Amino acid sequence: MTDASLTPATTAAGTRTHTRDIGLKARYAAERRFRAYGLAAIALGLFFLFLLLGSVIAQGYTAFWQTSIQLDINFDEEVLDPDGNRDSDRMVLLTANYPLLAQRALHEKLGVDPDDRASRRDANSLLSQGVRTQLRDMVVADPSIIGTTRTVWVLAHGDIDSAAKGQFDLTVEESRRRVNDRQLGYMEALEEQGAMQGRFNTGLFTFGASSRPETAGMGVAIIGSFYMMLIVLVLALPIGVAASIYLEEFAPKNRLTDIIEVNINNLAAVPSIVYGLLGLAVFINFAGLPRSAAVVGGLVLTLMTLPTIIIATRAALKAVPPSIRAAALGVGASKMQMVFHHVLPLAAPGILTGTIIGLATALGETAPLLLIGMVAFVADYPATPFDPSTALPVQIYMWSGQAERAFVERTSGAIIILLLFLAVMNITAIILRRRFERRW
Amino acid sequence: MSVTTIIALVLVIGVVGYLAGAARARMIVGGETAKLHSRPGYYGSFILVWATLPALLLLLVWSIAAPTIIDGQVRDSIPQNVSAEQSATEEDLSINIVEAIAGGLRLLDERELQQATAGFVLLRPLLAEKGVALAGNGEDWMIPSAQLLNRLQDASLIWKSIAVIGLSIVGFAAGLLQIRAQLRARNRVEGVIHAGLILASTVAILTTVGIVLSMVSETGRFFTSVPPQEFFFGTVWDPRFANAEDPDAAGQFGLIPLLAGTLYIAFVAMLVAVPIGLFAAIYMAEYAGSRFRSIAKPLLEVLAGIPTIVYGFFALVTVGPFLRDLSGQIASIATGDFNSFISATSVLTAGLVMGIMLVPFVSSLSDDIISAVPRAMRDGSLGLGATRSETIKRVILPAALPGVVGALLMTASRAIGETMIVVMAAGVAARLSINPFEPMTTVTVKIVSQLTGDLEFTSPQTLVAFALGLTLFFITLALNVYALYIVRKYREQYE
Repeated sequence: MTDASLTPATTAAGTRTHTRDIGLKARYAAERRFRAYGLAAIALGLFFLFLLLGSVIAQGYTAFWQTSIQLDINFDEEVLDPDGNRDSDRMVLLTANYPLLAQRALHEKLGVDPDDRASRRDANSLLSQGVRTQLRDMVVADPSIIGTTRTVWVLAHGDIDSAAKGQFDLTVEESRRRVNDRQLGYMEALEEQGAMQGRFNTGLFTFGASSRPETAGMGVAIIGSFYMMLIVLVLALPIGVAASIYLEEFAPKNRLTDIIEVNINNLAAVPSIVYGLLGLAVFINFAGLPRSAAVVGGLVLTLMTLPTIIIATRAALKAVPPSIRAAALGVGASKMQMVFHHVLPLAAPGILTGTIIGLATALGETAPLLLIGMVAFVADYPATPFDPSTALPVQIYMWSGQAERAFVERTSGAIIILLLFLAVMNITAIILRRRFERRW
Repeated sequence: MSVTTIIALVLVIGVVGYLAGAARARMIVGGETAKLHSRPGYYGSFILVWATLPALLLLLVWSIAAPTIIDGQVRDSIPQNVSAEQSATEEDLSINIVEAIAGGLRLLDERELQQATAGFVLLRPLLAEKGVALAGNGEDWMIPSAQLLNRLQDASLIWKSIAVIGLSIVGFAAGLLQIRAQLRARNRVEGVIHAGLILASTVAILTTVGIVLSMVSETGRFFTSVPPQEFFFGTVWDPRFANAEDPDAAGQFGLIPLLAGTLYIAFVAMLVAVPIGLFAAIYMAEYAGSRFRSIAKPLLEVLAGIPTIVYGFFALVTVGPFLRDLSGQIASIATGDFNSFISATSVLTAGLVMGIMLVPFVSSLSDDIISAVPRAMRDGSLGLGATRSETIKRVILPAALPGVVGALLMTASRAIGETMIVVMAAGVAARLSINPFEPMTTVTVKIVSQLTGDLEFTSPQTLVAFALGLTLFFITLALNVYALYIVRKYREQYE
C-alpha cells in the first residue's frame, strides 16, 4: 500500500523532495528481527525439550534389554543336599551352594580348565550374583527338579551387560577396564553359540532395591507409587470437590471464605519441600505414623494436590451456566439437589481432567518424599501402605547417585517409564477434555 | 475385632438402615409416596446418618484417646523405686521395651508363657526364637507391666467394638423411631452434607495452620540452642554432624551463604527463562497462526509437566559434564592448558537447567496477560502506522508490564523453592562466592541434607531444617502475595 502510493507522488513532482526518509527499511528490518527473536525463543524452548527427552532416551532405551546367559544346569543332588535331609530341614535348600551349579555349567560350556584358577575366576565373574536367588527360587518352588538338568537363562553380571551393549571403551588398557580380554573372549564364544543374548528386562519392573545393577528393579517403587496415588485419589478427590462445591455454590461472601480463598491460592504456590517438613513434623513426629511408609507419602501428596484439584474443580463449576441452576431451582429442586443432580455431573469432565493432572504432578514429586524417609533400601514388596516402600521418582534419585555405568542406563530407563506413566495420564486427561467438554 | 472389621460392620448396619428407612417411610403412607415430606431415599439416608455417624465418631475418639490412657496406666504400674530414679527419656525407653515385650508375649503359647514370666533373663531367648529382638537392658518389673499393657489393650478393643457397634444399633433404632410422614428428612440429610462441605473446605486452612505451627514450634526449639541473630546474619554454615556429641564443637548455622546461593541460582535461572519465555509468549500471542500455536504451545508446556527429578538427572549426567568439558576445550584454546574452569556441579549448571524448566511458566503466564490487553489498544497503534513490533514494544508491553512483573515474581518464587535440580546439580558446599562456575548450595539442598539419614529431634543439626523451611515459606509466600496483588490490580484496570 505505502509503496504504491509513494511512487506516483514522486514521479508527479519529479523530485524526491516531498518524501521524507521515515526509515521504513530500518523499521521493517527491526520488525523482521523482532519476529525472528520470537521464533528463535520458541525454537530454543523446543530444542531444549527434545535435547532433554533425546538424551534420556538415548541413554536409557538399552535398559530394557538385559544380557543373559543360557546354561544347561544340572541340579546336582551332591551339591544341593549332600546329606539327603532336605525334607526334615528346610534350611538345607535355602542355604545350598547354588552359584556352584551355574559356574560348573558355564565352565563346561566354555571348556574352561577346572584347574586353571585365573580362567575359572574370570568365567565365574560373567555371572550375576542374582543367580543364587534365581536358582534357589526354582528349586524351592519345585524340589523335584533336583537331579535333573534344565536349560535356564541366567542374568549376566552388570559389567558384562554394559560391555555387551558396547558401553565400555575397549581401546583402554586392559588393567584399567572393568572387563578383561579373557572375559571378552568368553563373551564372544557364548555369543557364537547363541548362549548369550540381550533379553527383555522384566527384572527392571519386578525386582526391588539392590546394590547390583542387574538385579535392581523398580517393583517396590511402582507398588509404593501406586499406593500413594490410590491414597491421593481417595482423599484428595472427595475433599477437594466438597471444598470447591462449598466455596463456589454455598459459601456466603464473608471474611472467613475470603481467608479460605486466599489460603488455597497461596497453598498452590508453597514449595513442595515445605509439605515434606509438614509431613515429618505432623504425621511422623506428632501422629506417630511409620517412617518410609506409603501412607505418609500419600497424605503429604494429598495435601499438596488438594489446591490443584480445588482450583480445577472451581473452574469447572464456574463454567456451568447459571441458566442450568435457575432451571433446576425453578422446577423445585433444593439447592443441594441442584448441585448434586445437575451442576456436578456437568462439571465432572473438567473435575476429572484437573484431578488426573494433579495426580500426574504428585506422581513425579520427589522432594517431600525424601524428607519422610522414603529414600530407603527396600528389597521386599510392601504388603500394605504401612510397610516401608519407595516411590518411582525417589528410586530414580537413589539410582542417579550410583556410579556404575549400568546404573546410569537404568536410571534413564526408570525415567522413561515414569515419563510414560505421566504421558498416559496427561493424554487421558486431554482425551477426556476433548470428548466431554461442552461449551455453552 | 480389628478396626477395619468394626468399620465394615458399622457400614453394613448403615446400608441395612438405608433400606429399612426407605421401606418404613413407604409403609407409613401405604405406598403413596406423595404424602411424604421427602422422597423415600432421604428417609433411608436419614437412618444411614444416624446409624453410622455417631458410631464412627466414637470410634475415632476412642482410637485416639485409648492409647494415651493405657500408656498412663502402664507408666503408673512402674514400681515406685524404679520410677523415682528414672529421667523422662529413660522412662520413654523403658516403655518402649515394655511394648516390645508385650508384642512378644502375644506370640507365646500357654506353657512358654509360664516359663517366660519368671524373669527377663528367661524371656529374652524365648522371644528371640520367635523373631522378637529385645534391647539388652530389660528388667524383671517390665514383664508384669507388659502383661498389664496386653490386658488393657485387649479390654479396650473388646469394649470399643461393643460400644461402637452398640451405638450404631442404637442410632439405627433412634432414627427409625423418628420416621413420620411429616419428618423433614431431606432437610436434615442436606444439613449433614452441608456441614461436611464446610468441613472439607477448612482442610485448606488446617493445612496452612499445620505448616506454620509445626515449623514455628520446631524453629522455636532450634532458637533455644542457637540465637536467631546467629542464624539470620551468620556468614558461616558449618553444622558439624560428626562432632554433635562434643560440646565445644558447636556448629555454626549461618543462613547468609545458603540464601545467597539460592538467590544467585534463581537469578541465573531467570536470566535464561525470562528472555526465552517472554519472546516465546510474544510470538505466540501476536504473530503465530492458530495452527502453529496449537502445536507449539502444548509442546512447550510439556516442559512444565516433566518432573524436576528428570531435570536434575539431565543436569547431573548431561549438562554438567558438557559444560565442564566445554570449558576445558576453551581453556586449552586460550591458554594451551586443558584445565576446565567450570566444575560439573555449579551455579551455572543448576541455573541453566532450572531456567529451561521455568520457560513454560513464564511463557504461558505472560501469554495470558498479553492476550488480555484490549484489542482496541492494538488496533489504535497499528492504525497510526506503527509496525507490529513497535506496537508490542511501545503499547502492549507497557500496558501488560504490571501483569508480566507479577508473573515473573511467581516464577521467581518457584525458582527459589525448587529442590531436586539444585540437590543434584548445585553442589553441597556452602560458601559465598560470585563465580557462577563454582558450586554453591541453597536453602532447599540443606533442608534435604539435614533431614535424610538418622534423625534425632533434639539436636540443632536437625531442627535447623525447620528454621530454613520457615524462612523459605515466608519468602515464597511474600513473593506470591505481592504477585497476586499486582496481577489482580492489573486485571481490574481493563475490566
